[in-house]
Amino acid sequence: MPYAIEMRHIRKEFPGIVANDDITLQVEEGEIHALFGENGAGKSTLMNILFGLYQPDQGEIYVHGKKAEIHNPNDANQLGIGMVHQHFMLVENFTVAENIVLGKEPKRFGRLDMKEAVRIVRELSERYGLKVDPLKKVEDITVGMQQRVEILKTLYRGSDILILDEPTAVLTPLEIQELIEIMKKLVQEGKSIILITHKLKEIFESCSSCTVIRRGKMIDRVKIDETSPEELANMMVGRKVNTQINNAPYEPKEAVLEIKDLVVQDARKVHTVNGLNLTVHGGEILGIAGVDGNGQQELVQAIAGLAKVTQGSIALDGKDITNRHTRKIIEAGLGYIPEDRQKHGLVMNFTVGENTVLQTYYQRPFSNLGVLNHSVISKKAKQLIQEFDVRTPSEKVLARSLSGGNQQKVIVAREVDRSPKLLIAAQPTRGLDIGAIEFIHGKLIEEKKKGRAVLLVSFELDEILHLSDRIAVIYEGKIIDIVNPKETDERELGLLMAGRKKGAEQA
Amino acid sequence: MNQLLKKISWMTLLIPVISVILGLLCGAIIMWATGYDPLLAYSSIVQSIFLQPYYAGETIRAMIPLVLSGLAVAFAFRTGLFNIGVEGQLMAGWFASVACAIGFDSLPKFILLPLSILAGAVAGGLWGLIPGFLKARFKVHEVISTIMMNYISLYTTSYLIKTFLFTQGERTPTIPPAASLASNFLANLTQGSRLHWGFIVAILAVIAMWFILWRTTMGFELRSVGFSQDASQYAGMNVSRNIILSMTISGIFAGLAGAMEGLGTYQYMMINATFTGIGFNGIAVALLGLNTPIGVVLSGALFAGLQTGGLTMQSVAGVPIELIQIIIALIIFFVGSGYVVQWAWGRFMGRRHKA
Repeated sequence: MPYAIEMRHIRKEFPGIVANDDITLQVEEGEIHALFGENGAGKSTLMNILFGLYQPDQGEIYVHGKKAEIHNPNDANQLGIGMVHQHFMLVENFTVAENIVLGKEPKRFGRLDMKEAVRIVRELSERYGLKVDPLKKVEDITVGMQQRVEILKTLYRGSDILILDEPTAVLTPLEIQELIEIMKKLVQEGKSIILITHKLKEIFESCSSCTVIRRGKMIDRVKIDETSPEELANMMVGRKVNTQINNAPYEPKEAVLEIKDLVVQDARKVHTVNGLNLTVHGGEILGIAGVDGNGQQELVQAIAGLAKVTQGSIALDGKDITNRHTRKIIEAGLGYIPEDRQKHGLVMNFTVGENTVLQTYYQRPFSNLGVLNHSVISKKAKQLIQEFDVRTPSEKVLARSLSGGNQQKVIVAREVDRSPKLLIAAQPTRGLDIGAIEFIHGKLIEEKKKGRAVLLVSFELDEILHLSDRIAVIYEGKIIDIVNPKETDERELGLLMAGRKKGAEQA
Repeated sequence: MNQLLKKISWMTLLIPVISVILGLLCGAIIMWATGYDPLLAYSSIVQSIFLQPYYAGETIRAMIPLVLSGLAVAFAFRTGLFNIGVEGQLMAGWFASVACAIGFDSLPKFILLPLSILAGAVAGGLWGLIPGFLKARFKVHEVISTIMMNYISLYTTSYLIKTFLFTQGERTPTIPPAASLASNFLANLTQGSRLHWGFIVAILAVIAMWFILWRTTMGFELRSVGFSQDASQYAGMNVSRNIILSMTISGIFAGLAGAMEGLGTYQYMMINATFTGIGFNGIAVALLGLNTPIGVVLSGALFAGLQTGGLTMQSVAGVPIELIQIIIALIIFFVGSGYVVQWAWGRFMGRRHKA
């Protein structure tokens, strides 16, 4: 039987870089095939070639056994290839049904037939188990729902080969499970799926085979039941991966962060943090587990002086920092790796050097009497680049031009280098590849060993379980339980995150 | 990647140059189509401003307020703000400097001259501070508020002149010599042009802008807030204070531009029925100069040269001076549509590669 997709010996060069070098990709009919590799390995380039956004310099593409020329996304659509991009392309204030039929609307007497559109969407959504409400506006539904709308869009256009570009990057653990179910259902209905990812767990839960690429080259094509996560990870980074495990003894010291009866309101006056109590000690990593939107973000912002505290108090190292200005809190000993590194962590149009002194530029030796000392700043930046293995041509390039992993390294370097008493790490490894994750986990553990307090907020349960000394579960703005990671598992955490307290009767 | 970056920065430098060439070219076509001799027109401009001391002096004289208002726009722009209010800040500065000079006419020159310049700077700064405060405190968009402030400035200065400083000819009295930037030496050197010592102020301002933005912690914060308010806030900077500060400094540059006109070029302030236009030209100067200090000087020189040389063009080639405004507008149009220029250039180079 011919392959659903076969890309043979694809080569694509950009000025100064070979993005794809002799890559062959074979996807069988009716399978979920993983395209696995680090950020910048060339996965997206390959898929953009398949989707007609780039033209290959060399190589051939076969769709269902027939040689295909794909010059633009329309050609790809004609061949039944649909792509769900990482960043959704939806009209926010249109309804789900409107978005799905957009560009190929069912018509009646030359006018849009909305009833028919809704009917089609309902039918599709039932057939493939993609639950959506066709009449809701896209801006009112969750990210997971929006992704389903994107998938439905491709199905509505008759695609039988779906490319999903890092679909789980934006999803919560529960939504990831649902997506995996949806993918399985789609395959049962005869679709073929290419899943672009750098997460091993998803591959082993959903895929039947996998193509590994590294630095633009194809490393291997393997069957999932004939390999192991370790083997795949090693193939991806090209060396042995050490999963960083928090094995340093747990010796908590005095309390560094003390939060009492904290209440934070959001713009709609809803209490997103609602009477929260938490203490973090020196020499421990405290992980906060919870479903997105249960107050994690507001909690962290309140500590950093970025959200207004309406009630309660926060003390850092014995000093009250409730509603103090961010700079004062930073000076009192806060290090903060924000969730959105490009928006909040870095000034993207500043150089790497400027970003390394973003909080300290006004202090000696980086400036004197208000005049910057550029040579000292450069020296500092060079030192951090070396210490934290930031891959950049020099400290003079813009932060914008670095890869995501290296941007995060710049932030981690800057925050850790200040020797903060409390280090908050919010989703510190989101979207990063294994090499960078390993590095950042190592740094967090190092901070703990130095006796500092680390507050880790993450939606990745694995990360929380691996790194934490204690896990605090947040639910509706409160810490509902604190558990020992050695005595718990994902199942128990999942229940707690859904608000079911241990010992309480199961509803 | 590195090569790509180099290419882009070359491109950003090329856009203004190509825009100027295209603007002049289109101007030539218009002249030719309407029956004038473009070659004669352009050569008369070049000859006058490079070979005739009077026109050279007048060009530098015209550059002074243009460069200062260009700096005002560029400074705000560098910090993420669009200051359309340079015109109003300039008039406020002009009036304050003239009023100060007339009000304290008994003071000796070494006090009165700096004091009058300072008065202009402070007035311009205040006129910029108000929209800055409105933006920081109430999120009023600075484009709207600065446009409004322009009108307030235009009519307030007229009212104040009429009420307190009125003299024959719809203007204030002439300022005392002790406050004047005018110089017989410079005038003689340039065969009677109005060139005055203000060019030193302009040069200092150019250096000041560069120094503040790239060499001081204040500039570091201002640029940081300009690029990303979010990241700056996360890093502990006070975003509101920086917005106000930026508009104030921008206004100071504009106020200085006004002071140069009041203390240098004219020695008085007239009752303006409409805007002087210098502040609005400052937007064009900053845009063409890529919001860099040195770029502002170069584009200020170009615009000043075109305006001054336009007079000879009118007398020698008979081309109406309004055409200069058309050419300037065209240049701005091409800079604004830099993307189109970039695209066209890419096509042009691509074809050459293939050939």
